Amino acid sequence: MLVLRGVRKFYDAREVVCGIDLELKPGECFGLLGPNGAGKTTTLRLALGLSDPDAGAIHLLDRNIPRHAREARLRVGVLPQLDNLDPDFTVFENLLVYGRYFGLADALISSRIPELLQFAGLEGRADSRIQTLSGGMKRRLSLARALVNDPDLLVLDEPTTGLDPQARHLIWERLKQLVARGKTILLTTHFMDEAERLCDRVAVMDNGRIIADGSPRELIARNIEPEVVEVYGDAADAWARSAGRSVCERVERIGETVFCYTQDDERVLATLENTEELRYLHRRANLEDVFLKLTGRDLRD
Amino acid sequence: MNSYAHKIFAPPQLSRRFAHVWRRNFLVWRKLAIPSVLGNLADPMLYMLGLGYGLGTLLPQVDGTPYITFLAAGTVCYSTMNSATFEALYSAFSRMHVQKTWDAILNTPMGLDDVVLGEVIWAASKSVLSGAAIVIIIWALGLSHSPLTLWIFPLTLLIGLTFGSLGLVMTAFAPSYDFFMYYFTLVITPMVLLCGVFFPIAQLPPLFQYVAGVLPLTHAIGLVRPLMNDHIPNAWWLHVAVLAGYAAAGFYASLVLIRRRLLS
Repeated sequence: MLVLRGVRKFYDAREVVCGIDLELKPGECFGLLGPNGAGKTTTLRLALGLSDPDAGAIHLLDRNIPRHAREARLRVGVLPQLDNLDPDFTVFENLLVYGRYFGLADALISSRIPELLQFAGLEGRADSRIQTLSGGMKRRLSLARALVNDPDLLVLDEPTTGLDPQARHLIWERLKQLVARGKTILLTTHFMDEAERLCDRVAVMDNGRIIADGSPRELIARNIEPEVVEVYGDAADAWARSAGRSVCERVERIGETVFCYTQDDERVLATLENTEELRYLHRRANLEDVFLKLTGRDLRD
Repeated sequence: MNSYAHKIFAPPQLSRRFAHVWRRNFLVWRKLAIPSVLGNLADPMLYMLGLGYGLGTLLPQVDGTPYITFLAAGTVCYSTMNSATFEALYSAFSRMHVQKTWDAILNTPMGLDDVVLGEVIWAASKSVLSGAAIVIIIWALGLSHSPLTLWIFPLTLLIGLTFGSLGLVMTAFAPSYDFFMYYFTLVITPMVLLCGVFFPIAQLPPLFQYVAGVLPLTHAIGLVRPLMNDHIPNAWWLHVAVLAGYAAAGFYASLVLIRRRLLS
């Protein structure tokens, strides 16, 4: 589907993609995770042939990129990070005009539109102006627009950033439907719950490098203790220095919260019982824990 | 030359795919056609009629014709230039930078060359519309009856391509809309005053005449004014060649600059 081998990209003297390898298999949902500025969007631009790599080889749908990027993009649907729907057009016109860019006949596009609108939950909104749509509706319309050419591969750049929980869940449900229909998906996200829910495989990217990859379960098993106890409150610090340190494999303190990573949750919980001034939350380790461990807790702006 | 430079300076890849971009812009324009046409016409008509009749009564004949007829030819060219210029500056910039319409298009099997070609031809199409509307009004007012004025229609396309291409060069550099004020103040307004829109170039001091001689608007007027007066323009091929040269050079320059801006 998509193969990247040793791909590097410089902006001036700064290397933003530092020799990455990726391979997408047909029918899978692959997540590219990473903090802001990790190089995710640049990687997508390279894969689509919108930017030329300085080293390495890229093949998209068996075509050499960037040489045959236009031909390859015939079979690809793209959801950009920021919606760029045409504000002068109605919902219907947005889909029609976009389909024309793929060289599709108006009759064919028009015949696909009712189904696309249904998929996007925008039935009855064909003649609505873009300004009257909510953020979630615009995102779903952008997704429908990415499907107008019935692509084999979908490239989704942060599909749910900026959406409310209802809108996110609806997008996730639609993306699962697409995978069930046999589409291959490459998405970027910095929401770990999103990656964990949707992706068969993920790669964690930081400073232009892929620093870990595998299924979400594998990444958790390989990189982090399986149980997490988060301890809150004024006494959390004292607890971490006394009991916490001895019963946890790893303790991290962020602000008022102590994160305790462990194999043996029962032993940790025993030390927290009967301590009224401590509140705590016990949970399984998730991809976010892995992500923060691998990429650090520093702010990325 | 490395592969990046090779890509940026590559010759234009012209394809009929540009028509998708043209049709997109046409569909937007169609929704706003009436206010747009009235807006495009009002300004040049006010100048032409106000100055033509107002100032014209004070003047003897200019170059052997009534002043309003003299001014009418200038107005056709000025208005044709303005239409393509506004489209290639403000409208194209908004599609490139503000609405990110070009980014959306580039995610499909369209190339950037298709987008830029579509924009230039669209800008020229707006010129044809403005120029044609004024020619029709000139006919209606009886300012010219020459069948040679029919040649003005294809010429407005050429003039539109020239100023559309030059405008896109500015757009390729522009950080914001404010930047375009420089182009109007330093290029468009001097051109309107130097190139014979309002008065014959021969009235200018020799140095200014020389400068006017290399500016594209002079050559547009050099074609349109004789046609209006029922003459075949002297050295018409030279005027056409200069306009076509500006159009070709401007198109290539804008393409290189826009590639550099968007495909890095």
